[in-house]
Amino acid sequence: MSRVAVIGVGQSTFVRSYPGSIRELAFEAYSEAMKDANIQNADIDATVMCSAPEYDKQRSPAGVVAEYLGLNPQPTFYVETLCSSSSTGLKLAYSLVASGLHDCVMVLGFQIMSQLTSNESQERMGRGADIQWESPFGTMMPAYYALHAQAHMAKYGTKPEDLALIRVKSATYGVLNERAVYRKPVALEDFLDPQKMGGPVASPLRVGDCCANADGSSCIIVANEEKAKAFCKKPVWILGIGSASAAVNMVGRESLTGLAVGIEAGRQAYKMAGITPKHIDVAEVHDCFTIAEMMAIENLGFAEAGGGPELVRAKETYKEGSIPVNIDGGLLSKGHPIGATGGSQVRTIVRQLRDEADNIQVKDPMFGLVHNIGGVGLYGNVTIFGRE
Amino acid sequence: MAKTEKDVRFSKFGTVSFTGVTQVNDFIDYLEQGKLMGTKCKDCGLKFFPPRAHCFKSLSGNMEWFEVTGKGKLVSFSTLRYGPTGFTEELPYTIALVDYGDYKVFGRIDPAVAEPDSNLKVGMEMVAKTAKTANGQLTYVFNPA
Repeated sequence: MSRVAVIGVGQSTFVRSYPGSIRELAFEAYSEAMKDANIQNADIDATVMCSAPEYDKQRSPAGVVAEYLGLNPQPTFYVETLCSSSSTGLKLAYSLVASGLHDCVMVLGFQIMSQLTSNESQERMGRGADIQWESPFGTMMPAYYALHAQAHMAKYGTKPEDLALIRVKSATYGVLNERAVYRKPVALEDFLDPQKMGGPVASPLRVGDCCANADGSSCIIVANEEKAKAFCKKPVWILGIGSASAAVNMVGRESLTGLAVGIEAGRQAYKMAGITPKHIDVAEVHDCFTIAEMMAIENLGFAEAGGGPELVRAKETYKEGSIPVNIDGGLLSKGHPIGATGGSQVRTIVRQLRDEADNIQVKDPMFGLVHNIGGVGLYGNVTIFGRE
Repeated sequence: MAKTEKDVRFSKFGTVSFTGVTQVNDFIDYLEQGKLMGTKCKDCGLKFFPPRAHCFKSLSGNMEWFEVTGKGKLVSFSTLRYGPTGFTEELPYTIALVDYGDYKVFGRIDPAVAEPDSNLKVGMEMVAKTAKTANGQLTYVFNPA
């Protein structure tokens, strides 16, 4: 199998309401990634298009987007795993290149969510769970993650303030990220104000514990070793790529204090890369809710199970800490345009490993990790990147 | 020629049902009789809640019904103050997961339980019973045992 490298990355600004259609939104990430890789459409052998359905009217969007970007007649594939669609798309692209079938493949993630009201979008997201047996009870994403938060608190003594600290960190970096939706600082005291971050959503989660819906796109271009070295001065190698699935219905889960798919996908990725959690210099984890980041840092082995709160309180997940996590602001600040999210996480890590991360650059990172979850721990994807 | 009528009994389940036709529609008849039922594979003994028409282990549809009885342990719960389209009139309401050992049951806390966030504790014993939703649909609810 050929080694596979990322040779180009791009993303749109994530916004609350994009003034355009999905093809136009996709162009923004595509054009940045193509300029970054400095290649032509003829160099792309296939495309993988990633989004979650039912947020806009277009059926089979892969065709429309490929046409708009001038990527016919190359084959295009549509991949969907809810919030981790573009990480799963990256795994398909990796497989297409590693197998030798194609030399260079583009992964494009996109989502326009603003055409729906917030309640409508909760209904759509709720239907990403078990529509036969759970949705009739009025479930939604914040409530499912709230069940995990309640269980984590009961087992480990985690406090609502521990979760709030994750949002405070996220906002620290969201302020710096020009591509983020939420760019204001957040103080712990803001969680005491029910008009601000303290507003109740689904106990014990509050407004400040939840990320915002957003419109956005991301683009990742991968290539085999020969093309990567020909096209690119600083290829970033995919060293490990793991993925897993779990029961959709909460009744099928062993425990609610962590996400089994995060643990399993991480195990696979570490094994394939031949490294351990201690080797990771910078990580992007799926923080759709503060509790999701707390579980991720435990599930990925940055802390023991139940050790997350201590790591968070000690600020070890800040840029200067032992394991910087989501120092681009994470989903909590950037916003979460479902299909585009994974690609945006990959872009951040690739820029870190190229030493091109500007004001959030960590010092000389060798290994970076992306953890991207679909649904409520339904699909898990962990990808480990390294530089030469 | 007479049209075959669809068996859409399952559309009576929950505040808003997103499923009409399923092969476990008898679940609805049992709810109407006041019984909360799961299915058990007659070949391998595996129990399923929610009920399934098929067993992936035995590769068969050789199932029988069993009743959810006795006490389970509260795995977790959450009270929603914000809800999806179709459910906002019921707010606030509390969802919960209860562990019966061989299987778990997901559903809502009885709206009659006062201040659920203060009075419920993870690990406490719960019982389930059939109930009606505010809009007259069939459901089941949990109460502290």
